Amino acid sequence: MTKSNLAIESRQLARSFKTKAGPVDAVKGVDFDVSDGEIVGLLGPNGAGKTTTLRMLTTLLTPSRGTALVAGADLITHSREVRRRIGYVAQIGAVPAPGTRLGEELITQARLQGMNKAAATDRLKALLPTLDLSGFEGRTLAEMSGGQRRRFDVALGLMHDPKLVFLDEPTTGLDPQSRANLWEHIRSLRDNHGVTIVLTTHYLDEADALADRLLVMDDGQIVADDTPEALKARVSGDVITVSVDGDLALAAKVAGEALAPRTNVVDGNKLVLTVERGDTAVPPLLRALDSAGLRLKSVQVHRPTLDDVFLTLTGRSLREDADG
Amino acid sequence: MTIVTETWVIFIRQMRQLVRNPVWVFFGLTQPILYLALFGPLLKNISGGGLGGSDSYKIFVPGLLLQLAIFGAGFAGFGIIQELREGVVDRQRVTPASRLALIMGRTMSNVVTIGVQAILLTLVAIPFGLRPNWGGAFVSIAVICVLSLGMAAASYTMGLILRDEDSFAPFVQGVTLPLLLLSGVLLPMTLAPTWLRRVSQVNPLSYVVDTVRALFRGDIASVTVAKGSLVTVGVAILLAWWATRRFQRNSA
Repeated sequence: MTKSNLAIESRQLARSFKTKAGPVDAVKGVDFDVSDGEIVGLLGPNGAGKTTTLRMLTTLLTPSRGTALVAGADLITHSREVRRRIGYVAQIGAVPAPGTRLGEELITQARLQGMNKAAATDRLKALLPTLDLSGFEGRTLAEMSGGQRRRFDVALGLMHDPKLVFLDEPTTGLDPQSRANLWEHIRSLRDNHGVTIVLTTHYLDEADALADRLLVMDDGQIVADDTPEALKARVSGDVITVSVDGDLALAAKVAGEALAPRTNVVDGNKLVLTVERGDTAVPPLLRALDSAGLRLKSVQVHRPTLDDVFLTLTGRSLREDADG
Repeated sequence: MTIVTETWVIFIRQMRQLVRNPVWVFFGLTQPILYLALFGPLLKNISGGGLGGSDSYKIFVPGLLLQLAIFGAGFAGFGIIQELREGVVDRQRVTPASRLALIMGRTMSNVVTIGVQAILLTLVAIPFGLRPNWGGAFVSIAVICVLSLGMAAASYTMGLILRDEDSFAPFVQGVTLPLLLLSGVLLPMTLAPTWLRRVSQVNPLSYVVDTVRALFRGDIASVTVAKGSLVTVGVAILLAWWATRRFQRNSA
């Protein structure tokens, strides 16, 4: 990989805060790269340092140490150029003041990004339909639903058509439908517009569904950097749960011969197998059970979740910290 | 895009929200009138310190103008605390727009508001019996606006530093109230005992109040006015300089 197609190069980026109890190292020197066109998720519990990292990369917070190239510009020496090139979607904020209207806010944002009035108006017309916000120009923000307001927040970050977009907790507080809908929009940004995306989340399903690659953060450090699939594979294989019409002990013996699974346990009226890859293990398992005359009642393949990953990496469950 | 355009974009956004808030428009504009109607009549029966009769309004109205500027600009920072919560401040800070424009656009909206309120207050005082030197009154409002510029900028920066209404409100109250009382806004300091008058002499606002009163009387080319104008401009520059520097540092 050559340097030219890196959207972000973070080198020893660190930030500490002064508190009454002494200095707190929120981010302890993180190194990572993001390639053009990637969707990278910063995953971790509250307080892991993911928002602090994002705020440093978006110039909102000056790093205590370290440096980064963001969209080709030096974060420390050319922060204004970084601002010109990136889009930023903040964490969900308080309900906007009554007088704020969607179209005006977006145009104000575009104007501050340096666009003239005509260009901003054209961009508004082109952007709103792609976020299902057509006809909302005159709507006041206070009378929009949570999902609509969140799409407006995304639009704010996209008015100047940046090639690198940061999203901080994009779907926190949204209902499941709005979340799935926003995921679609985020994916389409990359798939249809080639936008590189960095997002923070403490939702496992979101990280899993959206990110090509995950940076798992804990206590100000990156504890893992890999694809969701590889991270899960690292922890354990797949779990296959089988129930049959017949002798379970025989089924266990048959399965053991057919698959050589890592574990092979009869658990109540079910047979639980752990294998490297569940998807390729199921067909030979079914054939073996069939030829042994055991009629299959059900089979389930369960992939290890990112919660399992986080637990293995940090010794703590992510769910305890997530406020959900 | 120039800093002027950026300031204008922020200014227009702030003004739009203000004008669309009917509660603000009503109370913002009626408040000065309330002072005149409910407090002004008391002045007629006071004598001493230049008060008494219809001339009292040349002393009283300048005081009200100063109070308008101090409270109006002093509490300007309230708005930015809400904007912090809405995410407005952050999303403006991630643009390449000049940091100076972000604070000055807001500040200018307060200056214009206070200017309009000041004009209104002066005009409404006429039926009550105010007969100022009109040139002087005009310059006075300019002085009020310059002072508001510095104060509002400082207030925005304090809002960003304190980040919470519950500490911001007592802070502003605690700073502005003694400043106001020690400047002879409500009643002229000539009525004060010697010790209080001495204390008031180290308060820069005293010079501003004296200046505005002199201007209303028509003593335009006086030492008082020269001194007061210098103090006003000096204080405004100092506050605006500190505010923008802190704002820039706070917003990297």
